[in-house]
Amino acid sequence: MSATSEQTQSFGGVQARATADMNEPKIAIRKLDFYYGDHRALKDIELNLPERQVTGVIGPSGCGKSTLLRVLNRMYDLYPGQRATGEAMMDGQNIVSPDTDLNALRARVGMVFQKPTPFPMTIYENIAFGVKLHEKLTKSQMDERVEWSLTRGALWTEVKDRIHTSAMGLSGGQQQRLCIARTIAVRPEVILLDEPTSALDPISTLKIEELIDELKHDFTIAIVTHNMQQAARCADQVAFFYLGEMVEVAPAARLFTAPKEKRTQDYVTGRFG
Amino acid sequence: MSEQSEHLVKSFDQDLKRLTDMLIRMGGIVENQVALAAEAIMDRNADAATRTVEEDVKVDALEREVEQYVIRMLALRQPMAADLRLVVAALKITGDLERIGDYAANVAKRSMVLAQFPAPYSLGGLAHMAGLVQAQLKSIIDALGTSDSDKAIEVWRSDRAVDNIYNTIFRELITYMMEDPRNITPCTHLLFIAKNLERIGDHTTNIAETIYYTVKGEVIPDVRPKGDTSAYAIVRPKE
Repeated sequence: MSATSEQTQSFGGVQARATADMNEPKIAIRKLDFYYGDHRALKDIELNLPERQVTGVIGPSGCGKSTLLRVLNRMYDLYPGQRATGEAMMDGQNIVSPDTDLNALRARVGMVFQKPTPFPMTIYENIAFGVKLHEKLTKSQMDERVEWSLTRGALWTEVKDRIHTSAMGLSGGQQQRLCIARTIAVRPEVILLDEPTSALDPISTLKIEELIDELKHDFTIAIVTHNMQQAARCADQVAFFYLGEMVEVAPAARLFTAPKEKRTQDYVTGRFG
Repeated sequence: MSEQSEHLVKSFDQDLKRLTDMLIRMGGIVENQVALAAEAIMDRNADAATRTVEEDVKVDALEREVEQYVIRMLALRQPMAADLRLVVAALKITGDLERIGDYAANVAKRSMVLAQFPAPYSLGGLAHMAGLVQAQLKSIIDALGTSDSDKAIEVWRSDRAVDNIYNTIFRELITYMMEDPRNITPCTHLLFIAKNLERIGDHTTNIAETIYYTVKGEVIPDVRPKGDTSAYAIVRPKE
């Protein structure tokens, strides 16, 4: 993190985002293409995800924004006929290269989906499940990790008296925070959020946004959202995607006040037809 | 003020158009006020003076209307990018126009006092200044209606000429006051009138800056011309 960005971050909130310099990229995407069979869903993408900052990705349905997240933790490997070419460099390793260790990658790049997806287990087990796959912890270490994750996930105070009850009994917003806590539990470096609040009520949404603000001090975050106000509230930089192309990327304050590209302007002002 | 493709939500376009229309209507009234005020001084026309002051009520009402409309649009439409710039610009421009209206009304009131004195000297300079300010105001309201950032810059640059005349008038009036203390009352009023016209020019410049930002999304890439040096002026009596 550069000295200037430390300085701007200390102001906090909107002011920092309005003036923030972007940090060094945690992930640097270059000439990235993605294909669903013959369909080219991402075209020659160039984008940096600055370390410990939030990158918002916006664009109309089908523009490739979720596809981008799927590339960044190789989710697409589960499906035949889907492939990516180009570069997505994270600490010198190309994520899309065949020699990338997928389990290690997914521990480093966590993902949270649109609908809360708690496992049908207790709250405690939801968190511990992923951790056990990657680390051997003693009971007390695991207890500590569960508490830490739930605290970072802004859920601890609400559930600490019932962590051994089923996660299915939580509200939608709590379930989503549980999913975020579960992602944090394996201590990733990057968190990908795909429409994390679109199924939630406004208050739960704000809690998640507050959580994102909190988490960016430790994690690099990319959030895909249909809600432009949300991107404006959460993101340090925002990238606008259209028909598989990355049209424009800029600090959020600039993209939403004075975008350079006409397509961006049309989209953010609601003139796309 | 925007000249782009239509909104998906048609009524949003209508809202934006209505906002621009309100500003232009307000601009028209204010422009007329300045013209009437100038007429009130030059022709000692008491009727023009009264009308200037009366128009101020309309301007104040329009300002409130624009303010409320802007707040409503921010709350209900949550405008972004060029739309956001326009809505915020409307709030600023309405404030500037309201001040211009106030200055015009003040000029008119002083003209009624002045009418009770013989003209202490030629009002040519003042007439010239009033003419310039009126022309600027007209241009800027045109620029507002057509989203013309080039025209806005032109107006922004021309404020220097107004400042120069003001400095001349300032020195001239002080000289008259030193020559004969009986000139002090009318000359003080004339000085305020000149200052008010100069301030109208400044607010017009503000509007120019706002329009430029609204259209271009960036501030005017230049230093604002500030030509009013009267704050530092010392005029000494001849020995």
